[in-house]
Amino acid sequence: MRHDPTFGATIANVSRRAFLTGIAAGSLILSVGLPVRAEEQKYAGDGMPNGLREDPKIFIAIAEDGTVTVLCHRSEMGQGVRTSWPLVVADELDADWSRVKVAQAPGDEARFGNQDTDGSRSMRHHFMTLRRMGAAARQMLEQAAANQWGVPVAEVKATNHEVVHKASNRRLGYGELAKAAADLPVPPRESLALKHPSEFRYIGKSETPLIDGFDITTGKAQYGIDTQLDGMVYAVVARPPVFGGTVKSYDDAETLKVPGVLKTVAIEPTPAPAVFQPLGGVAVVATNTWAAIKGREALKIEWDDGPNASYSSEEHKASLETAVRNPGTVVREDGDTDKALGSAAKRVEAEYYIPHLAHATMEPPAAVVRIAGGKCEAWACVQSPQATRDHLSQRLGIPVENVTVNVTLLGGGFGRKSKPDYVVEAALISKGMDGKPVKVTWTREDDITNDYFHAVSMERIEAGLDESGKPVAWLHRSAAPTILSIFAPDPKQEADFELAMGLIDMPFDIPNVRVENPQAAAHTRIGWFRSVYNIPHAFAVQSFAAELAAAAGRDQKDYLLELIGPPRQVDTRKLAVTWNYGEDPAVYLLETKRLRGVVETAAEAIQWGRSMPKGSGLGIAAHRSFVTYVAAAVEVEVSENGALTIPRVDIAVDCGPQINPDRIRSQMEGAVVMGVSLATLGEITFKNGRTEQANFDTFEVTRIDAAPKEIHVHLMPASDYNLPLGGVGEPGVPPIAPALTNAIFAATGKRIRRLPIRDQLAT
Amino acid sequence: MKLDINGQVHEVDADPDMPLLWAVRDMVGLTGTKFGCGMAQCGACTVHQDGVPIRSCITPVSDVEGTKITTIEGLNGKVAEAVQTAWTELDVPQCGYCQSGQVMAATALLTENPKPTNADIDAAMSGNLCRCATYQRIRAGIHEAAKMLG
Repeated sequence: MRHDPTFGATIANVSRRAFLTGIAAGSLILSVGLPVRAEEQKYAGDGMPNGLREDPKIFIAIAEDGTVTVLCHRSEMGQGVRTSWPLVVADELDADWSRVKVAQAPGDEARFGNQDTDGSRSMRHHFMTLRRMGAAARQMLEQAAANQWGVPVAEVKATNHEVVHKASNRRLGYGELAKAAADLPVPPRESLALKHPSEFRYIGKSETPLIDGFDITTGKAQYGIDTQLDGMVYAVVARPPVFGGTVKSYDDAETLKVPGVLKTVAIEPTPAPAVFQPLGGVAVVATNTWAAIKGREALKIEWDDGPNASYSSEEHKASLETAVRNPGTVVREDGDTDKALGSAAKRVEAEYYIPHLAHATMEPPAAVVRIAGGKCEAWACVQSPQATRDHLSQRLGIPVENVTVNVTLLGGGFGRKSKPDYVVEAALISKGMDGKPVKVTWTREDDITNDYFHAVSMERIEAGLDESGKPVAWLHRSAAPTILSIFAPDPKQEADFELAMGLIDMPFDIPNVRVENPQAAAHTRIGWFRSVYNIPHAFAVQSFAAELAAAAGRDQKDYLLELIGPPRQVDTRKLAVTWNYGEDPAVYLLETKRLRGVVETAAEAIQWGRSMPKGSGLGIAAHRSFVTYVAAAVEVEVSENGALTIPRVDIAVDCGPQINPDRIRSQMEGAVVMGVSLATLGEITFKNGRTEQANFDTFEVTRIDAAPKEIHVHLMPASDYNLPLGGVGEPGVPPIAPALTNAIFAATGKRIRRLPIRDQLAT
Repeated sequence: MKLDINGQVHEVDADPDMPLLWAVRDMVGLTGTKFGCGMAQCGACTVHQDGVPIRSCITPVSDVEGTKITTIEGLNGKVAEAVQTAWTELDVPQCGYCQSGQVMAATALLTENPKPTNADIDAAMSGNLCRCATYQRIRAGIHEAAKMLG
């Protein structure tokens, strides 16, 4: 038994997010052999809290001038959802794209269904729903026209924003029909006629420019930090520098002398586990942000650093090393790994380390809240509007129906903005200012020192090879603090959803496999970071695969394909996986053919096998995550003094049917560079419980001059739009770091096992 | 204190040390100029002072009195239009937050160097971070704008 079910139940109660990530009672009960829950297991959008809603009368508005407005209840953070969602509706509706607009839904899951924008699922879960809503609206318009003309509906056809009766050459625009159509019942699902993919105008094309593109390039786009309300005041917060710390005492005498400073407001800390509630501290409120920052500098605070005061990355790394060098909880076992290792012709082992990372969204966390007449209204850049609403309601004691969360554009999310602690801060400060609208801005230092960090991790893999160099045994131990630590007191094992991110679902064709999860404690806030635990797991598995190839004296790509093995469809439940990105494991199998396909495509594109000059090399890595298959092939040049250049990256992605190919490409282009960034530069270290990095000078991210010179994205064709969709936002990231370090090995013979690379190549 | 922003003079009651960024955003109410780091590390706050790109997050308002400040909202002219057109044609932005600064920097680059090479672009744009990493399209966008400008 891996989990204490009562522990799991606690989590399910305290966190809706935890529930949706699949650590729900169902799987836990199964793992201890209790009867299966009576109700049917739900997956995908239906399995999310508050599920899916599908009602064109909620989501589609057609004005009398013909303007079609599609309500988007997902948060836009660069993935393009505010364009991609409307384009699906517009296609089935047969609307003219130039007359389609998007509106942003506030947080209201009872009305809109689940709104959590995470897990690379916005299109995956909603594609068919959006199509059906567009088709339903189209049929309602056709019916309205047929009624008006007194002709059978079969004789009329909606075409490019108007309904046409060919026989009589009559036509009516959507705007003219809107009112009558709105009075008609929504046609039942079984009567909907969806387009044949050959009729698609926008789906699968790149004919729909970004809906916010003009506003963004002219400075009109509104992010959370841009909200301005009459009478609004500005705040920054001094937060405990150590996780779990509290204010012992503070003196604001000098602060209150700073011109523009109005007041200080103490924010009570939230006892652990705090979920998404704030860290606590002291807010400085002023007439402008600069005065608030100056006022905060003048604050004298004595902190009680609490239980994590001695957290040191160096010592913690040593403890993780000890953990993976000793047995841990077995989370997958195929065959007899000990026996196979014992009799192997050769044994290879290696350890891989990835440090904490900060999200560092270009827009730091920021929110505006006002409280008036017993109601709370927020404007915020959040990925989780409903969790924001719930946390505001809970903390303020205001019923949830009196809490409004307006979602702005997000200047980057990457998982940081799933945690709305900053919105609750703004509310608490507003409360301390008699309900005045308050804007809280996190400075970059706040953002980097008090993030919900990507987990540090240590991975150890040992393999036994036979005479031919083929692995007969694989033992992987992974130790990392868990995201559950923000939901429950002191958990030390990775959650099912973390283990299933490339660790236990390791796809290689090896007869004896054991995966262990030794314990690791969390000493800071841990949170989702784009592609989450796939980052360390893919780095370890894909680096080690290349190490085995080298040990066997084989070509890296050929060896990788042999490890993946012949094309087969694996039910992930057979790999001890109880969470499959929230998807039905019977629908979303692990298809090694697709993994092979992306490897072969990326390899061919980069001309794998070509002769390389001294100091240059090619590397490759492949990974399935968010039910999408991605391989990256990287070309590097390493100069004599160790300077790294990346002339080219080829990234192949098989995400099933493609809805907005241009945004898939842009997500992959971005993922490549984010992968390069974390591989080469990204590192948060702790000393005395505090981060040693605070801004972009110390927490560096990749700039344009160090980015790959060329990135080529290859989309694997999938013309059948009935096939299940994969995710897009996250799966590009995991294969990048190992593909890069594998290329560095090819170029230099140096194997990087600890990220970031930084000066490890210097000679 | 008088600030000439986008051709309009604004009287602001700002501490002389206040970075221009906060005066522009919180006092003048122009939010297209973004806060990213507060220490000239990311370029999100880029504005033009007499046509030259500066980091408004570290430039005290007292340093810009008597000069002409242009923010993204007031950016105009042939070069700027070419950049903005190229940006929308190539769909450069992802989240878009850094793009005001990118557009300001790209416009300044093309004004100075109408036919920049990739190396010129990397050198001129390396002060502008993009966490979504739209760099490849920023390069392409600058080349495209250069082409439009002839």
